[in-house]
Formats: sequence, structure tokens, C-alpha cells
Amino acid sequence: MAVLKAFGAYLPARIVPNQELAYKLNRTPDWILDVSGIEQRRYAAENQSVADMAVAAASQCLERAGMTAADIGLLIVGSGSSERRFPGPASIVANRLGAGSAPALDVPMASAGGLFGIALAAQLAEVYGNILVVAAEKMSTVATHEPMEPGVAVLFGDGAGACVVSRGQGASRIVDSILHSDGAFAEDLRLEFDAPLAMNGRSVIMQASRKIPGAITELLERNRTCAAAIKIFLMHQANQNLIDRVAKTLEVQPEMFYSNIRRYGNTSSASMLIAASEWWQSPGPSPGDLICFAAFGAGFHWGALLVEA
Amino acid sequence: MDNREKIVAILQKVSKKNSVPAADESLFDSGFLDSFALPDMVGELETAFQIKIPDSDLNPRKFETISRIESYIGNRK
Repeated sequence: MAVLKAFGAYLPARIVPNQELAYKLNRTPDWILDVSGIEQRRYAAENQSVADMAVAAASQCLERAGMTAADIGLLIVGSGSSERRFPGPASIVANRLGAGSAPALDVPMASAGGLFGIALAAQLAEVYGNILVVAAEKMSTVATHEPMEPGVAVLFGDGAGACVVSRGQGASRIVDSILHSDGAFAEDLRLEFDAPLAMNGRSVIMQASRKIPGAITELLERNRTCAAAIKIFLMHQANQNLIDRVAKTLEVQPEMFYSNIRRYGNTSSASMLIAASEWWQSPGPSPGDLICFAAFGAGFHWGALLVEA
Repeated sequence: MDNREKIVAILQKVSKKNSVPAADESLFDSGFLDSFALPDMVGELETAFQIKIPDSDLNPRKFETISRIESYIGNRK
């Protein structure tokens, strides 16, 4: 048994409105809003790394959990935009937090990394106790890589999210999770080193439109509940149109899906944890609420996770 | 109503357009379908032809023209 202890988030200070990108991309701000639901996103400073943002989100999370890094038995860091092949940011984040020699695991999965991190932590908490799951992305380096592709450049922003998963029972219990991967479409969304993001948008949207509601339905039916019984869906903030489509497929109101994509854009693996951090602060859960997490990303990797507050 | 007529009727419903594209005209380039209309199109095809299109078949190229959709549906029936 495992529980969610707390969430944290970090967003860089610099706000990049649609107007700024529209000029560079020869598009209008309204076009960007229409195709993505995004009005602005945050960009990290040039000298700010994935690890820098991860540490900031993790520090807030630990403070909210009433813990220090010394209490952490395992650190999992998701990022699809880390600066080098190896080492990934996990060991650096652990070191800067003061987590001693606690094992630190990189999950270089992009958008589904936060969800996979929490789901794995729920299984591993029995062994490691408190597990700090962090997801951090500097997607601005991807979005602004020349040649800038309008369909890609407008989507992404930078940020980090974190949560502590702990062994035990009590509030915010992780009830169940479902994870899936399918490498048949690996080429449809990929990021090579020092290259622009390669995205077959039609394939990504078509697969995500089926796989996300499919995973949610599979998870909810397995736990003898349904979409209408969920208090809030905390989904990877990929695109507002996709979020609305998933809600429609599940036959629930779009308002049941928390959304901050208008303010932050798509922050890949960080987005679901940032959304959770915001929602948990306000309005937050009441005892007994069912909360459903879901994500889909490059790989393709996707899944869903159910929590009872 | 034959398969092609049914496909065109579904396309017109999904795209909210009354015109009929040429059989080999790209439905994406001609503006009949976009990334978000494509899943709707696939869902409507499944209902109309009473088939389940597996995720592994969800390659946008298979649904790019009326001819390709007709061929795919023909092979599935």
C-alpha cells in the first residue's frame, strides 16, 4: 500500500505569450490559441538546467510533506529534455537536495514519465519507504530549435513537478494503476540529440484519443467505478483539444479535467505533476474523493492511476 | 448505399462539409479532416460498418483518401 504525501511545482519566471511566438512563426496569436488552447508558456533562463527546476519543485514538495531529503529512500526523476546522454539529472538532483547516497533513477520517457514514476513508486514504496518522484523539462530548447515548426514551437513550455509517495495507508491512497507501452509508433514522436522534435501529429492525436480513455476505462472498470464518480481528472496537459476529446469520450464534462495548459503550455512529463500540485493546493481533495491521473507520450507510453483521498 | 457512399456520408458528417472530394484526393490537404477530426471519422466508420479498428491499424495514411478508406473497409468486411 502507498499514499501520496504531497506535491510541489516550479515554473520559471519568464512568460512567453502567444504574441511573441506568433511574430516569429508568421501565425496569429488566435491561431495558436485555437489549435492548442495555449495563451502563454514559461521559458527557463538560458543557464537554468532541468536539474535546477527539478530541485526547486522537489524542495517545495518536501517542505509541504514535512520532510527533508534525508527521509527519502529513492529518487525518481523523469525528463525527456535533459541536456546530455548521461548521467541524467537524477543523481544531481539527489546530491543537491542532500539525499546522501539514496539511489536516484532517471526515467527518460517524456510526457508519460511523471505517471510512470508515481506508478512505479507505489510498487517500490514497500522497499524504499519514502520515494520522491520529480519530472522536469526544459522544452523551450526543443520548441525553439531551428528550423522552428509552428505545430511544435507553440506547444511547449518549461517547468517541473514533484510528489512524495510513501509506504503505508491513509489519506490519498494509491488504489491502482495501469501502464502500457507500444513501440510500433516509436518513430511518430521522437527527439534525437541536437535535432528538432519529429512529430506525426495526426498519429499522436489519433492514438492518444483512443489510448487515454481506453486506459482510464480499463482502470475504472477494474476498480468497479466509472468516470462520473471521479472528482477530478489530472491528465498530462498535452493540448486542450485533446483533453476535451478525452472528456467527451468518457462522457463527462470537460470541467472534470483540471487544466492549466492555457498558462503553461505542454511541459511534457512535468505537466501532470504541476497540475496535481496546483489542484491539491486549491481546491484540493476531500476525504473519499476519487482522483484519476492519466498520461500519454512518446514511445508510445500511456496509462492511468487511481487515488482515493 | 454502397461502401463508398457510406464513407462519403460519414466524411460529410464529420467534416461538416457538403462537397465530395475526389476518390484519391488527400482528405487532410483538402481540409476535410484534421488531427482531431480523424479519430471521429474512425469512430463513425466503426459504428457504420460494425467493425473494430485496432489501434495498430490507426495509421493516418490508411485513412487519407476515400479510396484508401474504401480499400481498408473492404479488406475488413
